[in-house]
Amino acid sequence: MASEELALLQGRFGYLTERPSADHLAVNCPAENLIEFCTALRDEFDYDLLLDVTAVDWDAASPRFTGIYHFLSTSKHEYLRVAADCADDIHPSLPSLSGLFPAANWHERETFDLMGIHYEGHPNLRRILMWDDYPYHPLRKEFPLAGIETPLPAADVAEQTKASVLPAPMMGGPFVSSGDGPMSQTEPRARDESWTEQREKPTD
Amino acid sequence: MQNQTVAYDSKVEGEVIVTQADAVINWIRKHSVWPMPMGLACCAIELMAAGGSRFDISRFGMEVMRFSPRQADCMIVAGTVTYKMAEVVRRIYEQMAEPKWVVAMGACASTGGMYRSYATLQGVDRIVPVDVYVSGCPPRPEALLDAMIKLQDKIGRESSVKNLTARKAIGAESAPALAGAGKER
Repeated sequence: MASEELALLQGRFGYLTERPSADHLAVNCPAENLIEFCTALRDEFDYDLLLDVTAVDWDAASPRFTGIYHFLSTSKHEYLRVAADCADDIHPSLPSLSGLFPAANWHERETFDLMGIHYEGHPNLRRILMWDDYPYHPLRKEFPLAGIETPLPAADVAEQTKASVLPAPMMGGPFVSSGDGPMSQTEPRARDESWTEQREKPTD
Repeated sequence: MQNQTVAYDSKVEGEVIVTQADAVINWIRKHSVWPMPMGLACCAIELMAAGGSRFDISRFGMEVMRFSPRQADCMIVAGTVTYKMAEVVRRIYEQMAEPKWVVAMGACASTGGMYRSYATLQGVDRIVPVDVYVSGCPPRPEALLDAMIKLQDKIGRESSVKNLTARKAIGAESAPALAGAGKER
Protein backbone atom coordinates (compact mmCIF):
# COMPACT_ATOMS: atom_id res chain seq x y z
CA MET A 1 0.00 0.00 0.00
CA ALA A 2 2.67 2.42 1.11
CA SER A 3 4.99 1.49 -1.77
CA GLU A 4 2.18 2.02 -4.30
CA GLU A 5 1.50 5.42 -2.84
CA LEU A 6 5.21 6.25 -2.94
CA ALA A 7 5.46 5.23 -6.60
CA LEU A 8 2.43 7.35 -7.38
CA LEU A 9 3.86 10.39 -5.64
CA GLN A 10 7.35 9.94 -7.09
CA GLY A 11 5.92 9.51 -10.58
CA ARG A 12 4.27 12.89 -10.23
CA PHE A 13 7.04 14.68 -8.32
CA GLY A 14 10.52 13.59 -9.42
CA TYR A 15 12.29 15.38 -6.58
CA LEU A 16 10.81 13.22 -3.80
CA THR A 17 12.98 10.61 -2.13
CA GLU A 18 11.87 7.92 0.27
CA ARG A 19 12.71 8.54 3.90
CA PRO A 20 13.48 5.67 6.31
CA SER A 21 10.44 5.23 8.54
CA ALA A 22 9.43 2.76 11.24
CA ASP A 23 5.72 3.33 10.85
CA HIS A 24 4.00 4.95 7.88
CA LEU A 25 5.15 6.38 4.56
CA ALA A 26 7.66 9.21 4.76
CA VAL A 27 9.23 11.30 2.00
CA ASN A 28 11.93 13.95 1.73
CA CYS A 29 10.94 17.04 -0.18
CA PRO A 30 13.22 19.97 -1.06
CA ALA A 31 12.18 23.16 0.72
CA GLU A 32 11.69 25.10 -2.52
CA ASN A 33 9.10 22.55 -3.76
CA LEU A 34 7.27 22.22 -0.44
CA ILE A 35 4.35 24.52 -1.24
CA GLU A 36 3.75 22.93 -4.63
CA PHE A 37 3.94 19.41 -3.21
CA CYS A 38 1.69 20.11 -0.20
CA THR A 39 -0.89 21.87 -2.38
CA ALA A 40 -1.07 18.77 -4.54
CA LEU A 41 -1.23 16.55 -1.45
CA ARG A 42 -4.24 18.45 -0.21
CA ASP A 43 -6.08 18.95 -3.48
CA GLU A 44 -5.25 15.81 -5.49
CA PHE A 45 -4.08 13.13 -3.06
CA ASP A 46 -6.71 13.71 -0.36
CA TYR A 47 -4.26 14.39 2.47
CA ASP A 48 -6.70 16.90 3.89
CA LEU A 49 -5.60 17.12 7.52
CA LEU A 50 -2.32 18.60 8.71
CA LEU A 51 -1.72 16.91 12.05
CA ASP A 52 1.63 18.26 13.15
CA VAL A 53 4.40 20.63 12.22
CA THR A 54 7.68 20.23 14.03
CA ALA A 55 11.42 20.18 13.37
CA VAL A 56 14.55 18.23 14.19
CA ASP A 57 17.87 19.69 15.28
CA TRP A 58 20.67 17.40 14.04
CA ASP A 59 23.28 19.26 16.14
CA ALA A 60 26.65 19.19 14.37
CA ALA A 61 25.40 17.72 11.10
CA SER A 62 24.61 19.81 8.05
CA PRO A 63 21.88 20.54 7.10
CA ARG A 64 21.26 21.09 10.77
CA PHE A 65 17.47 21.62 10.79
CA THR A 66 14.77 19.50 9.20
CA GLY A 67 11.15 20.59 9.17
CA ILE A 68 8.67 17.73 9.67
CA TYR A 69 5.02 17.68 8.57
CA HIS A 70 2.49 14.97 9.40
CA PHE A 71 -0.52 14.60 7.14
CA LEU A 72 -3.59 12.39 7.46
CA SER A 73 -5.99 11.49 4.70
CA THR A 74 -9.40 11.20 6.28
CA SER A 75 -10.77 9.38 3.24
CA LYS A 76 -7.89 6.93 2.64
CA HIS A 77 -7.09 6.61 6.37
CA GLU A 78 -3.39 6.92 5.70
CA TYR A 79 -0.67 8.97 7.26
CA LEU A 80 2.17 10.66 5.41
CA ARG A 81 5.26 12.30 6.83
CA VAL A 82 7.03 14.97 4.81
CA ALA A 83 10.50 16.17 5.73
CA ALA A 84 12.20 19.26 4.33
CA ASP A 85 15.79 20.26 5.11
CA CYS A 86 16.64 23.89 5.82
CA ALA A 87 19.45 25.05 3.60
CA ASP A 88 20.89 27.60 6.03
CA ASP A 89 22.23 26.24 9.33
CA ILE A 90 22.55 29.65 11.01
CA HIS A 91 19.25 31.23 9.95
CA PRO A 92 17.06 28.26 9.04
CA SER A 93 13.91 29.01 7.10
CA LEU A 94 11.10 27.17 5.36
CA PRO A 95 8.06 28.31 3.36
CA SER A 96 4.95 28.69 5.49
CA LEU A 97 2.04 26.30 4.98
CA SER A 98 -0.40 28.56 6.81
CA GLY A 99 -1.94 29.64 3.50
CA LEU A 100 -2.78 26.01 2.70
CA PHE A 101 -3.71 24.65 6.11
CA PRO A 102 -4.94 27.01 8.85
CA ALA A 103 -3.66 24.42 11.34
CA ALA A 104 -0.11 25.31 10.33
CA ASN A 105 -0.41 28.80 11.77
CA TRP A 106 0.09 28.03 15.46
CA HIS A 107 2.24 24.95 14.84
CA GLU A 108 4.69 27.07 12.88
CA ARG A 109 4.70 29.71 15.58
CA GLU A 110 5.55 27.02 18.11
CA THR A 111 8.34 25.62 15.95
CA PHE A 112 9.66 29.13 15.41
CA ASP A 113 9.53 29.79 19.16
CA LEU A 114 11.29 26.62 20.28
CA MET A 115 13.53 25.81 17.30
CA GLY A 116 14.06 29.19 15.68
CA ILE A 117 12.96 28.25 12.18
CA HIS A 118 11.59 31.19 10.21
CA TYR A 119 8.50 30.38 8.16
CA GLU A 120 8.47 32.72 5.21
CA GLY A 121 5.05 34.09 4.35
CA HIS A 122 3.60 33.42 7.78
CA PRO A 123 1.03 36.11 8.61
CA ASN A 124 1.95 36.45 12.29
CA LEU A 125 5.27 34.83 13.11
CA ARG A 126 5.60 35.67 16.82
CA ARG A 127 6.56 33.50 19.76
CA ILE A 128 3.63 31.52 21.07
CA LEU A 129 4.91 29.95 24.31
CA MET A 130 7.88 31.96 25.55
CA TRP A 131 7.57 35.72 25.92
CA ASP A 132 8.29 38.00 22.97
CA ASP A 133 11.79 39.20 23.83
CA TYR A 134 13.11 35.87 25.12
CA PRO A 135 16.56 35.60 23.55
CA TYR A 136 16.86 31.82 23.01
CA HIS A 137 15.18 28.93 21.24
CA PRO A 138 14.91 26.35 24.02
CA LEU A 139 14.57 23.11 22.05
CA ARG A 140 17.81 23.59 20.17
CA LYS A 141 20.56 21.15 21.06
CA GLU A 142 22.90 23.74 22.52
CA PHE A 143 20.28 25.00 24.98
CA PRO A 144 20.50 23.39 28.44
CA LEU A 145 17.23 21.98 29.82
CA ALA A 146 17.81 23.87 33.07
CA GLY A 147 17.69 27.17 31.22
CA ILE A 148 19.93 30.21 31.00
CA GLU A 149 19.78 33.21 33.30
CA THR A 150 17.71 36.00 31.73
CA PRO A 151 15.76 38.94 33.12
CA LEU A 152 12.06 38.46 33.87
CA PRO A 153 9.75 39.58 31.04
CA ALA A 154 8.35 42.50 33.06
CA ALA A 155 11.04 44.95 34.10
CA ASP A 156 9.03 46.58 36.91
CA VAL A 157 8.16 43.22 38.49
CA ALA A 158 11.78 42.14 38.22
CA GLU A 159 12.92 45.35 39.88
CA GLN A 160 10.42 45.02 42.71
CA THR A 161 10.88 41.35 43.45
CA LYS A 162 14.56 41.00 42.48
CA ALA A 163 13.57 37.82 40.69
CA SER A 164 14.99 36.67 37.38
CA VAL A 165 14.85 33.60 35.17
CA LEU A 166 17.34 31.25 36.83
CA PRO A 167 18.66 27.90 35.64
CA ALA A 168 16.87 25.04 37.42
CA PRO A 169 19.17 22.01 37.17
CA MET A 170 17.62 18.57 37.54
CA MET A 171 20.39 17.51 39.92
CA GLY A 172 18.96 17.21 43.42
CA GLY A 173 15.42 17.49 42.10
CA PRO A 174 12.56 15.17 42.88
CA PHE A 175 12.76 13.00 39.76
CA VAL A 176 16.45 12.19 39.60
CA SER A 177 17.64 8.64 40.18
CA SER A 178 20.93 7.89 41.90
CA GLY A 179 22.23 6.56 38.62
CA ASP A 180 24.09 3.43 39.78
CA GLY A 181 22.50 0.02 39.34
CA PRO A 182 19.56 -1.12 37.24
CA MET A 183 16.78 1.35 36.62
CA SER A 184 14.18 -0.80 38.38
CA GLN A 185 16.08 -0.29 41.63
CA THR A 186 17.35 3.24 41.30
CA GLU A 187 14.11 4.80 40.11
CA PRO A 188 13.02 7.49 42.55
CA ARG A 189 10.02 6.17 44.47
CA ALA A 190 8.74 5.64 47.99
CA ARG A 191 9.94 2.57 49.90
CA ASP A 192 7.56 -0.38 49.57
CA GLU A 193 5.93 -0.82 52.95
CA SER A 194 2.92 -2.87 51.95
CA TRP A 195 2.29 -6.24 53.59
CA THR A 196 0.65 -9.37 52.21
CA GLU A 197 0.17 -13.01 53.15
CA GLN A 198 3.79 -13.65 52.21
CA ARG A 199 5.15 -10.61 53.96
CA GLU A 200 4.13 -9.90 57.50
CA LYS A 201 3.01 -6.58 58.80
CA PRO A 202 5.86 -4.84 60.61
CA THR A 203 5.22 -4.85 64.33
CA ASP A 204 7.11 -1.81 65.59
CA MET B 1 -22.60 40.62 96.79
CA GLN B 2 -24.54 37.69 95.52
CA ASN B 3 -22.25 37.00 92.60
CA GLN B 4 -18.58 36.55 93.44
CA THR B 5 -17.42 35.62 89.95
CA VAL B 6 -15.01 37.90 88.05
CA ALA B 7 -16.28 36.87 84.63
CA TYR B 8 -18.39 39.06 82.38
CA ASP B 9 -21.68 39.96 83.98
CA SER B 10 -24.26 41.70 81.80
CA LYS B 11 -26.12 43.02 84.87
CA VAL B 12 -23.05 44.88 86.02
CA GLU B 13 -21.30 45.83 82.80
CA GLY B 14 -24.19 46.15 80.38
CA GLU B 15 -23.67 45.14 76.75
CA VAL B 16 -20.00 45.94 76.70
CA ILE B 17 -17.15 43.50 76.15
CA VAL B 18 -13.62 44.56 76.93
CA THR B 19 -10.96 43.04 74.71
CA GLN B 20 -7.88 43.91 72.66
CA ALA B 21 -8.07 45.57 69.26
CA ASP B 22 -5.87 42.85 67.75
CA ALA B 23 -8.19 40.13 68.95
CA VAL B 24 -11.26 41.79 67.44
CA ILE B 25 -9.63 42.68 64.14
CA ASN B 26 -8.12 39.25 63.70
CA TRP B 27 -11.36 37.54 64.69
CA ILE B 28 -13.22 39.46 62.01
CA ARG B 29 -10.56 38.91 59.39
CA LYS B 30 -9.99 35.23 59.89
CA HIS B 31 -13.64 34.27 59.76
CA SER B 32 -14.31 35.93 56.44
CA VAL B 33 -11.38 35.07 54.23
CA TRP B 34 -12.35 35.73 50.64
CA PRO B 35 -10.08 33.60 48.47
CA MET B 36 -9.15 34.37 44.90
CA PRO B 37 -8.52 31.18 42.93
CA MET B 38 -5.36 31.67 40.86
CA GLY B 39 -5.96 28.37 39.08
CA LEU B 40 -3.10 27.62 36.70
CA ALA B 41 -3.03 23.82 36.40
CA CYS B 42 -4.48 20.60 37.78
CA CYS B 43 -4.38 21.89 41.39
CA ALA B 44 -7.27 24.14 40.39
CA ILE B 45 -9.41 21.04 39.90
CA GLU B 46 -8.80 20.03 43.51
CA LEU B 47 -9.48 23.61 44.52
CA MET B 48 -12.86 23.37 42.81
CA ALA B 49 -13.51 20.09 44.62
CA ALA B 50 -12.74 21.84 47.91
CA GLY B 51 -15.46 24.32 47.04
CA GLY B 52 -17.91 21.57 46.12
CA SER B 53 -20.45 19.97 48.40
CA ARG B 54 -18.42 16.89 49.33
CA PHE B 55 -15.61 18.87 50.94
CA ASP B 56 -17.48 22.11 51.46
CA ILE B 57 -15.01 24.89 52.21
CA SER B 58 -17.89 27.02 53.52
CA ARG B 59 -17.85 25.06 56.79
CA PHE B 60 -14.80 27.13 57.68
CA GLY B 61 -16.03 30.52 56.55
CA MET B 62 -14.05 31.06 53.34
CA GLU B 63 -16.37 29.99 50.59
CA VAL B 64 -16.78 33.39 48.92
CA MET B 65 -14.44 32.81 45.99
CA ARG B 66 -14.01 36.01 44.03
CA PHE B 67 -12.47 36.13 40.59
CA SER B 68 -11.61 39.79 40.96
CA PRO B 69 -8.52 40.67 43.00
CA ARG B 70 -10.26 43.82 44.24
CA GLN B 71 -12.78 41.74 46.14
CA ALA B 72 -10.47 39.11 47.54
CA ASP B 73 -7.90 38.99 50.31
CA CYS B 74 -6.33 35.55 49.93
CA MET B 75 -4.74 34.42 46.69
CA ILE B 76 -4.62 30.64 46.31
CA VAL B 77 -1.93 29.96 43.71
CA ALA B 78 -3.03 26.57 42.44
CA GLY B 79 -0.71 25.25 39.77
CA THR B 80 2.47 25.70 37.79
CA VAL B 81 3.64 29.29 37.49
CA THR B 82 5.63 29.87 34.32
CA TYR B 83 7.97 32.83 33.98
CA LYS B 84 5.57 34.28 31.44
CA MET B 85 2.71 34.00 33.95
CA ALA B 86 4.79 35.27 36.90
CA GLU B 87 4.24 38.84 35.83
CA VAL B 88 0.47 38.34 35.82
CA VAL B 89 0.47 36.66 39.22
CA ARG B 90 2.48 39.52 40.69
CA ARG B 91 0.23 42.17 39.15
CA ILE B 92 -2.94 40.49 40.38
CA TYR B 93 -1.38 40.19 43.82
CA GLU B 94 -0.66 43.90 43.83
CA GLN B 95 -4.22 44.67 42.82
CA MET B 96 -5.58 42.95 45.91
CA ALA B 97 -6.46 45.27 48.78
CA GLU B 98 -4.55 44.87 52.02
CA PRO B 99 -4.50 42.94 54.25
CA LYS B 100 -3.82 40.03 51.91
CA TRP B 101 -2.46 36.54 52.16
CA VAL B 102 -1.10 33.97 49.74
CA VAL B 103 -1.43 30.19 49.81
CA ALA B 104 0.92 28.22 47.55
CA MET B 105 -1.08 25.13 46.70
CA GLY B 106 0.81 22.08 45.51
CA ALA B 107 4.38 21.20 44.63
CA CYS B 108 4.56 23.44 41.54
CA ALA B 109 3.43 26.65 43.21
CA SER B 110 5.62 25.94 46.24
CA THR B 111 8.87 24.90 44.55
CA GLY B 112 8.39 24.46 40.81
CA GLY B 113 7.65 20.80 41.51
CA MET B 114 8.49 18.37 38.75
CA TYR B 115 9.06 21.23 36.30
CA ARG B 116 12.74 21.89 36.73
CA SER B 117 12.98 23.63 33.41
CA TYR B 118 13.77 26.85 31.62
CA ALA B 119 10.11 27.90 31.53
CA THR B 120 8.94 27.43 35.11
CA LEU B 121 9.29 29.73 38.09
CA GLN B 122 10.85 27.65 40.87
CA GLY B 123 8.37 28.56 43.57
CA VAL B 124 5.88 31.39 43.65
CA ASP B 125 7.56 32.75 46.80
CA ARG B 126 10.17 34.31 44.52
CA ILE B 127 7.65 36.92 43.43
CA VAL B 128 4.98 37.11 46.17
CA PRO B 129 5.20 36.56 49.95
CA VAL B 130 3.65 33.15 50.70
CA ASP B 131 1.92 32.47 54.02
CA VAL B 132 1.08 28.78 53.77
CA TYR B 133 2.55 26.07 51.54
CA VAL B 134 0.55 22.93 50.73
CA SER B 135 2.41 19.79 49.69
CA GLY B 136 0.98 17.32 47.22
CA CYS B 137 0.78 16.85 43.49
CA PRO B 138 -2.01 17.83 43.47
CA PRO B 139 -2.97 18.12 47.16
CA ARG B 140 -6.28 16.57 48.18
CA PRO B 141 -9.05 19.02 49.09
CA GLU B 142 -8.60 18.08 52.76
CA ALA B 143 -5.02 19.30 52.55
CA LEU B 144 -6.18 22.62 51.18
CA LEU B 145 -8.80 22.92 53.92
CA ASP B 146 -6.10 22.19 56.49
CA ALA B 147 -3.91 24.87 54.94
CA MET B 148 -6.73 27.39 55.05
CA ILE B 149 -7.39 26.58 58.71
CA LYS B 150 -3.67 27.05 59.37
CA LEU B 151 -3.90 30.38 57.59
CA GLN B 152 -6.78 31.34 59.87
CA ASP B 153 -4.62 30.49 62.88
CA LYS B 154 -1.87 32.61 61.42
CA ILE B 155 -4.20 35.54 60.85
CA GLY B 156 -5.32 35.14 64.46
CA ARG B 157 -1.75 35.67 65.65
CA GLU B 158 -1.01 38.79 63.61
CA SER B 159 -0.25 42.14 65.27
CA SER B 160 -2.84 43.89 63.18
CA VAL B 161 -2.86 47.25 64.96
CA LYS B 162 0.91 47.54 64.82
CA ASN B 163 0.89 46.57 61.14
CA LEU B 164 -1.80 49.13 60.40
CA THR B 165 0.16 51.98 61.97
CA ALA B 166 3.42 50.80 60.39
CA ARG B 167 1.77 50.70 56.99
CA LYS B 168 0.47 54.21 57.47
CA ALA B 169 3.98 55.42 58.24
CA ILE B 170 5.38 53.72 55.14
CA GLY B 171 2.64 55.17 52.95
CA ALA B 172 3.30 58.67 54.27
CA GLU B 173 6.93 58.93 53.25
CA SER B 174 7.22 56.95 50.04
CA ALA B 175 4.94 55.86 47.22
CA PRO B 176 3.94 52.17 47.05
CA ALA B 177 6.65 50.18 48.75
CA LEU B 178 6.89 46.46 48.18
CA ALA B 179 3.35 45.18 48.66
CA GLY B 180 3.07 43.14 51.81
CA ALA B 181 5.88 45.03 53.50
CA GLY B 182 3.78 45.92 56.51
CA LYS B 183 2.81 42.31 56.98
CA GLU B 184 4.68 40.18 59.46
CA ARG B 185 6.21 37.17 57.78
